[in-house]
Amino acid sequence: MRHSRLWTWHIFAGLVILILLGLHMLIMHLAKFSPNSLNPAGGEAIDWANVVARGKMAFFMITYILLLGAALFHGLYGLNTIIGELNVGHGFKKFCGVALTLLGVALFLFGTWAAIAARGAAMGM
Amino acid sequence: MSETKKMITFHVRKFEPGRDAAPAWRAYSIPLSKGMTVLDGLHEIKRTQDPCLAWRYSCRMGVCGSCAMLINGKPTLACNTQVSAVSEKEICVGPLPNFNIVRDLVPDLTPLFEKHQAVKPFILRKDQEEMENPSGEYEQTPHELEAYLQFSYCIRCGACMAACPTFATDRDYPGPMPLAQSYRYTSDSRDEGFEERTRAVDRASGVFSCHFGSECSAACPKGVDPAKAIQLMKRRMVWDYLHFLKRKKPCGIIHGQRTTGRRENIPEPPEYTIPQK
Amino acid sequence: MAEKPFDNHLGIKGWAVGGSWSFERYLYTLHRLTGLGILAYFLMHIFVTSARVFGPDSWNALLGEEGFLRMTVFKIGEYLVFAAFGFHALNGIRLALVELGFLVGKPIEPVYPYKTCLHTSRAATAALMLLAAVVIVMGGWEFFLK
Repeated sequence: MRHSRLWTWHIFAGLVILILLGLHMLIMHLAKFSPNSLNPAGGEAIDWANVVARGKMAFFMITYILLLGAALFHGLYGLNTIIGELNVGHGFKKFCGVALTLLGVALFLFGTWAAIAARGAAMGM
Repeated sequence: MSETKKMITFHVRKFEPGRDAAPAWRAYSIPLSKGMTVLDGLHEIKRTQDPCLAWRYSCRMGVCGSCAMLINGKPTLACNTQVSAVSEKEICVGPLPNFNIVRDLVPDLTPLFEKHQAVKPFILRKDQEEMENPSGEYEQTPHELEAYLQFSYCIRCGACMAACPTFATDRDYPGPMPLAQSYRYTSDSRDEGFEERTRAVDRASGVFSCHFGSECSAACPKGVDPAKAIQLMKRRMVWDYLHFLKRKKPCGIIHGQRTTGRRENIPEPPEYTIPQK
Repeated sequence: MAEKPFDNHLGIKGWAVGGSWSFERYLYTLHRLTGLGILAYFLMHIFVTSARVFGPDSWNALLGEEGFLRMTVFKIGEYLVFAAFGFHALNGIRLALVELGFLVGKPIEPVYPYKTCLHTSRAATAALMLLAAVVIVMGGWEFFLK
């Protein structure tokens, strides 16, 4: 795939991450500045009650999957770029490209399953 | 009245292939004169202390690009660098990094020229016959000239290549100079070679391996600003992918007659105002 | 006898130092380091957060009040990741703008002293780095002082 295409998607994924991860950081680490509806059970953001409350919301399931996909693509393309600029053989660079793609797909599938299963489990509580 | 001459120490990185396993620093103490450039200093060393010292130079006035070397850790032209502007006591002069060293301060610039050739640094037109046997000049307005003029001032000295972090590790990376030149020709209104040059630079270890370390623009001794050219090239390629690029018509050709006579529509000169003999 | 030239490439050291002329050079190095740090954390984070699928016990074992990941060393590590995100995101905005040709200025006739794209983008760089510093400090306050 031509790198102008991959790089354009890298930038677009970065934009998606900026928004979604920014929101995630707001909820998790800047609780004073985030709306109460995102931590409905009060207390800390990572308390089990809050996890369940967010788990029920379709908004979070969808945004987690989007963030997962964007972050995996952005991060692994970045790592592939760094490896590609090292003074190593062409064969190794190609191998890394394939391996990172497979890793990314595997982690995306796992994470998507976890997001959907977590919502299912939360709905049942 | 005797004057004590101010002395300066040049630490020069010497390397003689066949004799030395690796480069090593050697110190030379020479008198510091007013207005002395690093190039003048090297000549003084060669004249008085080390006739075997080797380096490249030619014009000694910053237009040929031959004398690029690493001066106190920064790649720049030796002829353009006043010694007193760098230091009054000690100065370190080494060969350009990121190239093999042939000898002493002489880098092997073959990769520079090969990568430059790979981006086809000349006007490409779809009409082969016109390229081989031109029938007239290409039209270009001063405004169209401005789009690439800055990047045409490049003297191929290699300082940008020495400063580039990507070029330090990636042997396949074209480097700032060839990439800037690929934009110089792409943005030239006379050129129709965008697709060909895109193929040359839109690949792994191509233009998108530039991450705006921007040392190339900081190091360039001629103000060519290769970083600007490279980012503009990326913009052109991304806009092309997103179908934002307006494909311009190639510039026209002024068809002239290859005679010594006056061409049509060029007015006659006015009458003489003083009597002619 | 063929004389062998000496390889004078800077290698990975060239990613950290090299021409050493501009501030933007160090932003490049830091952007790489923070990116790798965030990626390493993220790959682990996918597995840690998936613990919620298996119920409150598995979640609390890691992230509950007495959870393993509540140790101070992990809290400091998490703050470093937050700080890395603050820098990487804002420098990333700068890079996205610059690498798409904004902020670099138009091609001009070079007249000494030369004004390069570094000059045209410096104001935006300063503003974004200031914003990054604000985010990092705010996060530090939340993490350690609240």
